[in-house]
Parts: sequence; structure tokens; C-alpha cells
Amino acid sequence: MFQKKANHLRRGTALILTLSLMFSLSGCGQSSSQKNTGNQVTITNVSYDPTRELYQAYNEAFTSYYKEKTGTDVEVVMSHGGSGGQARSVVEGADADVVTLALAHDITLVENAGLIESGWIDEFDKASSPYTSTIVFLVRKGNPKNIRNWDDLIKDGMDIITPDPKSSGGACWNFLAAWYYADEKFGGDEKQMKDFVAKLYDNVSVMDSGARGATTTFVENGQGDVLLAWENEALQSVKEHPDEYEIISPSISILAQPSVAIVDQNAEKDQVADVAKDYLEYLYTEDAQKIIGEYGYRPSDENILNSFSDKFDLDMKLCSIDDFGGWDKAYDTFFNDGAIFDEIYNQ
Amino acid sequence: MKSITSKKQPKNIIPAFGINLGITIAMLSALILIPLASILAYSLRLTPGDFFRTLSSEPVRFAFGTSILCSFIAAFINAVFGTIIAWVLVRYSFPGKRILDGLIELPFALPTAVAGITLSKMYSTTGFIGKIFDRYGIRISYTHIGLTIALIFIGIPFVVRAIEPVLEKYDPSYEEAACMLGAGKTETFFKVTLKELFPAILTGFGLAFARGIGEYGSVIFISGNSQKEHTQVISYMIMQKLNYLDYGQATAIALAMLIISFLLLLFINIVQIRQAKRKGA
Repeated sequence: MFQKKANHLRRGTALILTLSLMFSLSGCGQSSSQKNTGNQVTITNVSYDPTRELYQAYNEAFTSYYKEKTGTDVEVVMSHGGSGGQARSVVEGADADVVTLALAHDITLVENAGLIESGWIDEFDKASSPYTSTIVFLVRKGNPKNIRNWDDLIKDGMDIITPDPKSSGGACWNFLAAWYYADEKFGGDEKQMKDFVAKLYDNVSVMDSGARGATTTFVENGQGDVLLAWENEALQSVKEHPDEYEIISPSISILAQPSVAIVDQNAEKDQVADVAKDYLEYLYTEDAQKIIGEYGYRPSDENILNSFSDKFDLDMKLCSIDDFGGWDKAYDTFFNDGAIFDEIYNQ
Repeated sequence: MKSITSKKQPKNIIPAFGINLGITIAMLSALILIPLASILAYSLRLTPGDFFRTLSSEPVRFAFGTSILCSFIAAFINAVFGTIIAWVLVRYSFPGKRILDGLIELPFALPTAVAGITLSKMYSTTGFIGKIFDRYGIRISYTHIGLTIALIFIGIPFVVRAIEPVLEKYDPSYEEAACMLGAGKTETFFKVTLKELFPAILTGFGLAFARGIGEYGSVIFISGNSQKEHTQVISYMIMQKLNYLDYGQATAIALAMLIISFLLLLFINIVQIRQAKRKGA
């Protein structure tokens, strides 16, 4: 009796399960095919943490530009997070049509997974970096420890906050900036350079897992005398708390080049390759470059960059990742297990 | 169909055994067994030499030590205070008891990262509580103490929720009998009540301990992740490896964690089974 009933129940449930599965599958299919027909296009931009406000403003500008040009409504879906983690999520199948990440190396990871065609770095101007930034010092108002340059950071009793290059791609820029300063100062004497950077990292009291965490530690929790920060993030902090912080630009730093690329495989599958291309190209237009400057990134357009000279210290000497032979070489030399960072940090 | 029912199979009186078992096995496979198998498969891609080199490298060894030690201390503190909290919530009645009871579950509901950021602010040298300790030269955030506090926070509901139902069912006549036989209050508590509660406390301890070893979100903000001061936890090491897309090493560490957690739960189950047998006999 019960067995019989159970059988009915089983059949019924199986039927319901199958039906619901079919519905959900066909539902999915429908929504994705509808996604990009007619006058409505959706593209997904997978970016990193601090670009949130920038892309909010930029997407608005791009949407109205594109509507005017083609009559099509574009909806840009944004995703933000740590740059390395975002790259990994795209590798593992997140449906990104374009990626706008903190460093070219993270895009290379997506390229190596076969999702982006090689040669992407030359697809857009300026090595596919429509905006740049650099590493500066954020200090407490009035600069009580009188920090002027990298030399001041290795003094005894200095308390530095910077994220861990072993877990944050963005933090590698900080290390390389310090390394480049030491290189200039000691004329390439590797022993002295290592000592210098070792002393600097000796003074790091809290090493967060990412740039956002380091900013929280310095700004919200009041730890440390100086935060090694991306210029755009430092500008953001000063804007929010003008009476508490100021920015010190060291004489030498690194040109941080966040890179952008179309995720060819996904964009073609979603049939949005053209929109994606327009979306990234528009970053180089005058209107977009102005938005970029307003949100604290350095515009790649020289003229527009110069018009923001009151905001950015344009006298800093900036090296680039090419001075280190590119990211793969930099990782080999500095950041992989047992490389220079491990050596100086564990000594 | 009838032929099956007429066979000697033990009849199951509760209906829908087949479909429910099917769903259970399907869910367990999709959510637990297959992902676990893939961890194993991934870590097998490493040669045994690389596998052991990964696990024996200095940062990984220290991270295991930190995770296990801090989780153990946190679980121990939770076992003591969780018992007291459960005791208060079950044995006494007072206004606001229901609210207090609900609050215990907050660590389950709160996103762990939110808890981590809040705790690190509260206990930092400029924070509300950390300021007081700083006067005596004790730093909490970005040290092992802070790390342990975060683990206590996420572990406490496991202990309380494991003990409460047992304590509710616990018959006070045991205590009365002990008292009649001349045991003092302390003696009654330690020799009668606590013995009865012990399996539940152990379960709570084990769950809190196992959870603590794998915790990421809440500890990552308060631990400071210093390789030098050994405040990196094991889940942080996995994230580091993942950031370099080093799936092999990441899964090797994950596998080791899995084995530790498995042994822990196994040990606790054995203790419980023994306890149950002794009681039954």
C-alpha cells in the first residue's frame, strides 16, 4: 500500500523535476538569446576594486554616446573585486565580454586560458592602457613624521601599511616602485638594493591581502604612519577626509598601467564583439579621458593629462614594467616562491 | 511491483524512502563528494615530492601551526563559555532571554568579512576596546590574540547550539539524587551534570575547531597576515597560491586541511560512540 503510494509519488516527483529542469533550461536559453537582439545589448565588464566610481560615470557617458550613434541601448553589467581573483573567475567561466584589470599580467592569465587572442596588448592605444596611475604615499594631515621620499620610509620606528605582493597583484607595483628607487640610488648594486627594500618591508606593520584591505587598515583603523597607495585611491581618501590625510609624491615611482582587453571568446559567443570594441575604444576619446581624470586616474592623452596638472604631480620620474622586462620576468625575479621578495622578507 | 512487496524485504513504514534517498545521494554527490574528489584529483597532479615540498615549506608549516593552535584555543574558550551560555539560556528565565538566544546565532547570519572588519576596527589600537588594552601595552588586532578572538566569534554558536538541546532534555532528578547521596554542589556539577553534557560539549568543540581551521573571511582582516609574525592562516596560504593560479599547490594544502578536519570529526565521533555504549551498557 505504502509502496504503491510511494511509487506514485516517486513518478510524480520525477516528472515535476524533469519538467522544472526543462523549463529552467529553456528559460536560460531564451534569456541569453534575447539578451542581444533588437535595440538592447548587454555587455559585462569584469574590473577590479577601485574602478567602481569611474566606470559608473563612464558607462553613463558611453551609453548615451552609443544610443546616439547607433540607436541601440547598451546595458553594462559591472563586476568588481581583487584584480587577481577577477581574472581567475573569468578563467573559470565568468561571462566577461571585456576585462579592465589592474595589471597586464592578470589579463595574460585569461589569455593563457585561451579566452583572449594573443596580441591583445596592441589592440588598443598605449599598450591597451587608456588610463594610468602611480604609487604615492598617503600620510596623516600635517605629515607628522615628515615623510618626503622613499629614504624616509626605512628610518627606524616608521610604520608602513602596504598589501602583500604574494596575494595581491596590485601590491606588486608598490614593491617594484621601491625597488626602482633603490636601483637609481645605489646604481644597480643588488646587495644594497636588497638591504634597502628589506628595511622598508621590515617597517611594514600590517600586510593586508589586498589594496582595499590596506586602505581600511590605514584610514578606518588608524594604523601606520604611511600607506603606500595607488594615486587614484589616495586621491579618493583625501577627497573623503580632506582634514585627515595628505598625499606625498615621491621623486621616483612606477607607472601603473591598468590594462583593458576584449575577452574574444565570450564576446563572440554573446555576439557583442563590436560593442565591446567600441566600449573600450571610447575610453580614449576626449570626453572619456576627462572623466578618467576627474576620478583620479591619469589620462593617457598628454594634453588632457596636462590640464589636470594641479591634481597630479607630473614631475615624478616614473619607470614602467618594461624596465623590469615585463610581468613574467618580474614575477620570476621577485615574487614567485623563493624569489627576491621571499629572500628579503624572511631574512 | 507486488512481487517486490511480497518478498522478505523489511518494509519501510515511512513513505517515499526511495525518492528521498535518491535526492539525498544526488545532493551529497553534487555538493560534497564530487568537489572533494576533484580536490583529490587536482592534488594528484603534483608529484609526491612536490606535494610534500609544498606542505613542508616554511610559510605553509607555520600557517598550519597558527591555524590549528589558534582554532584550538578558540574552540576551548568556546567550549567553556558556550557551556555557561547554554546553561544560562536553559536553566534560568529572565526578561530578554529570547532575544539573547537569537543573538547567539548572529555569527551564522553575519557575513564573515563584515564581522572581521568590525572586529579589527574595535580591537585596533585606536578602536573602542583596543584602546583600553593598548594602554597596558597589549595589541589585539593584527596579532594572534585578534585572530583567536575572530575565531571565538564565529565558533560560539556551534557550541551553544550543540549543548542547549541536551541540557533541555537533561533530567534534574540526577542532580537531586546526587545531592541526596551527599554530593556537594561543585561535586554534583563536575561529576554528574558535566559528564552528561560532555559528548555535546565535545561535538560543539569539534565543530568550532574544524570551522576555525578553515575560516577565511573573518580572520583575514584582523590577523595582519604577517609572514614574519606567523599570523598567516592556512586558508590565506591557499588564496596566495590561487592568486598565482597555482592550483596544484593550493589543492595540496586543501587536501591536507581536509584530512585534518576529517580526522578531527572521526575522533569526536569515536569518543561519542564510546560514551553512548558505556551509557547503554
